[in-house]
Amino acid sequence: MDNESQYSGYSYKSSHSRSSRKHRDRRDRHRSKSRDSSSRGDKSVTIQTPGEPLLDAESTRGDERDDNWGETTTVVTGTSEHSISNEDLTRLTKDLEETTPLECKRFIGPALGGCLSFFALVTPLAFLILPQVLWRDALESCGTPCEGLYVSLAFKLLVLLISSWALFLRPPHATFPRFFVFRCLLMVLVFLFVASYWLFYGVRVLEPRERDYRGIVEYAASLVDALLFIQYLALVLLEVRHLQPAFCLKVVRSTDGASKFYNIGHLSIQRAAVWVLDRYYSDFPVYNPATLNLPKSILSKKMTGFKVYSLDENTTNNSTGQSRAMIAAAARRRDNSHNEYYYEEAEMERRVRKRKARLVVAVEEAFTHIKRLHEDEAASSPKHPREVMDPREAAQAIFAPMARAMQKYLRTTRQQGFHSMESILTHLQFCITHNMTPKAFLERYLTSGPTMQYQQQNGRGRQWTLVSEEPVTSALRQGLVFSLRRLDFSLVVTVTPLPFLRLGEEFIDPKSHKFVMRLQSETSV
Amino acid sequence: MSFVPGQPVTAVVQRIEIQKLRQGENLILGFSIGGGIDQDPGQNPFSEDKTDKGIYVTRITPGGPAEVADLRIGDKIMQVNGWDMTMVTHDQARKKLTKKKEDVVRLLITRKSLEQAVNQSKGKYPRP
Repeated sequence: MDNESQYSGYSYKSSHSRSSRKHRDRRDRHRSKSRDSSSRGDKSVTIQTPGEPLLDAESTRGDERDDNWGETTTVVTGTSEHSISNEDLTRLTKDLEETTPLECKRFIGPALGGCLSFFALVTPLAFLILPQVLWRDALESCGTPCEGLYVSLAFKLLVLLISSWALFLRPPHATFPRFFVFRCLLMVLVFLFVASYWLFYGVRVLEPRERDYRGIVEYAASLVDALLFIQYLALVLLEVRHLQPAFCLKVVRSTDGASKFYNIGHLSIQRAAVWVLDRYYSDFPVYNPATLNLPKSILSKKMTGFKVYSLDENTTNNSTGQSRAMIAAAARRRDNSHNEYYYEEAEMERRVRKRKARLVVAVEEAFTHIKRLHEDEAASSPKHPREVMDPREAAQAIFAPMARAMQKYLRTTRQQGFHSMESILTHLQFCITHNMTPKAFLERYLTSGPTMQYQQQNGRGRQWTLVSEEPVTSALRQGLVFSLRRLDFSLVVTVTPLPFLRLGEEFIDPKSHKFVMRLQSETSV
Repeated sequence: MSFVPGQPVTAVVQRIEIQKLRQGENLILGFSIGGGIDQDPGQNPFSEDKTDKGIYVTRITPGGPAEVADLRIGDKIMQVNGWDMTMVTHDQARKKLTKKKEDVVRLLITRKSLEQAVNQSKGKYPRP
C-alpha cells in the first residue's frame, strides 16, 4: 500500500524542506552543528537544524529568524498554526494568516452525515403523510391501534433525534488522511436501509395505492426501529468498542526524549494517532528547541578529528574502513568533554536557582503592594483617598518591580520565547482577580507546562503528518510503529499489547490471623 | 543466673576446651544450642529465670567432642573464645562457634550445680 499518495495534500512540508535546504545549509555552515535525520523508505527527508525558520508557536528562536522563508515555501492549505511571540515575526506571520483560506474540507464529512440523517429521520413521516395526501379517500380508516402506533412512533423519533444530537452533532476535531472506516460503513448502511425501504414503499404502496393504512403505519414504525438499532450499532462501533484497554502505546518525542505510556483500546492507526495527539497537548511538556543543544564549548572539541589517507592503489571500498578507523581513534583519544559537561550543567543549575530566588523574592514583594478592596471599605476614610484600580491597572502597577527579575529568569531558562510582556501582564491580571498568591502566579513560569498552555486559540488547527509503514486504516497490533511528525520534531509511537492477566483467587479466613512468639530454634554445631 | 539490668553479671564459670572434629567437610563440636536475644526465653527448659535470653546447651551427641570435654546439657555458655554469649542473637552465637578457621573453642560455661558446689564449699570452710 503506497503511503506517499496521501501526503499530496500536505505538499508544502516536503517542498519546504527540500527547497530551503540549501538556503539553510549556507547559514549553518558557520555554526558547526547540523543534524540530519535520514529518511526511511517512503518518508520525505527532513533536515533538522536548530535555527529552523519559525513557523510555529512550538519552535521559537528569535535570534535566528529566516527572512527569506516566504519565498521558498509553498503556501499551506490552511491548517497550520502560525503565531509567534517575538514582535519582529508577528508581522510576517500576520501576513501569512491572512492569505491562507479556511479549509472547508473538514466540514464535508459531517455535512454529508447530517444530510443523510435528516433524510432518514424525515422518511417515516413521509411514509405516513404521503398516502394521506395522495389518496385520502380510498384509505381504510384505522382507529385505536393506529393511534397507539402514532404515539410510539413519535416517541421513538424523539429519542432518535435527541440521541443523534448528543452523539453525532459535535464539531469534528480532527481530519483523517483516509476514510474513517466505521463511519463510512454506518453511513452506507443507513443509506442502503433507507433506500431499500423507499424502494419497497414505492413499488408496493405508492404504485398500487395500498389501502391498508395500518400496514403502512406499521411499516413506518419498523423503519424507525431499524434506525434505532443502527444508532445502537453506531454507538458501539464509534464510542464503546475502543474503551476497553488492549494496547500500551509508548510515545517518545524525537528531539528531547520526553516519553509517556498510554493505554488504548482497539483502534485504527489514524484514530489512535488522533487520540495520542489529544493527550500530547496536555501531557507533554512544551517543546523548547533552545534547551536541546550541548554547549558549543564542549562540542567543538569533538569536531577536530584527523584525516585518514590511504596509500593503496585501489581505493574502492575503503570508505567504511576509513570511517571506522577514525571512530576508533576518536574513542581511544582521551577527552574530558564529559567533565566539562558536568561542570557546565552544575554551573547552569546554580545560575537558574539564583535567578529563581531573586524572582520569587521580587514577586512576593510586588504582591504586597496591593490588596483587594472590600465593599464596606469603599466609602471609608476621606482623609486618605485611595486610588481604586481595576485588575489591569493593578497588574501594571506591580509589574514594574518584578519585570527585570522575571526577564532575567526567563532568559536563563530559555523560556523567553514563550512569554511576552503582554502575556505576563495578562496572567498577572488573572491571578490578581482570582486572589492567587505569588507562588500560584509563578507556577506558570517555574515549571514548563504542557503545550496546551502556550497555544493561542485559532480556528486553523494544527498540522501533523502521520508517517507509517502500514495502511493507516488498519487496526493496531503488536509491534506496530508509526510516527507523527511536525516541522521540527516528531513523536514516535510504539505499540505493545497489554499482557493477558490470569487472576487467581485465595480465600483468607479472617479468623486465621494468629501469631505466636518465635519458637526456640536449636542449632547443632 | 539472673541478672539485674545495669549491674554486671557475676557467675561461677568453668572453662571447657573442645577440639573440633572433622567430619567430611565440616568441623563439628557435637552439641546443640538454643536461646538468644531474638528467641522466646519462656520456652527454655534449662534456664532458671525465664527471662534469661542466654545461649544454652540443649543436646549433646553421645561420643562427640563436647561430651569428651565434659560439656553437659543445660549449661549456659557465657563466652566463646573470648566472645560474649550473654547478649547475642541465636545466629551470632552459631557463627562464633562454627568459625572454619578455628579448630578449638574455649568456652566459659556456667551451670547451677557449679554455684551450689561453690556455696557448699564456702559453707564448709567458714572464713576466718
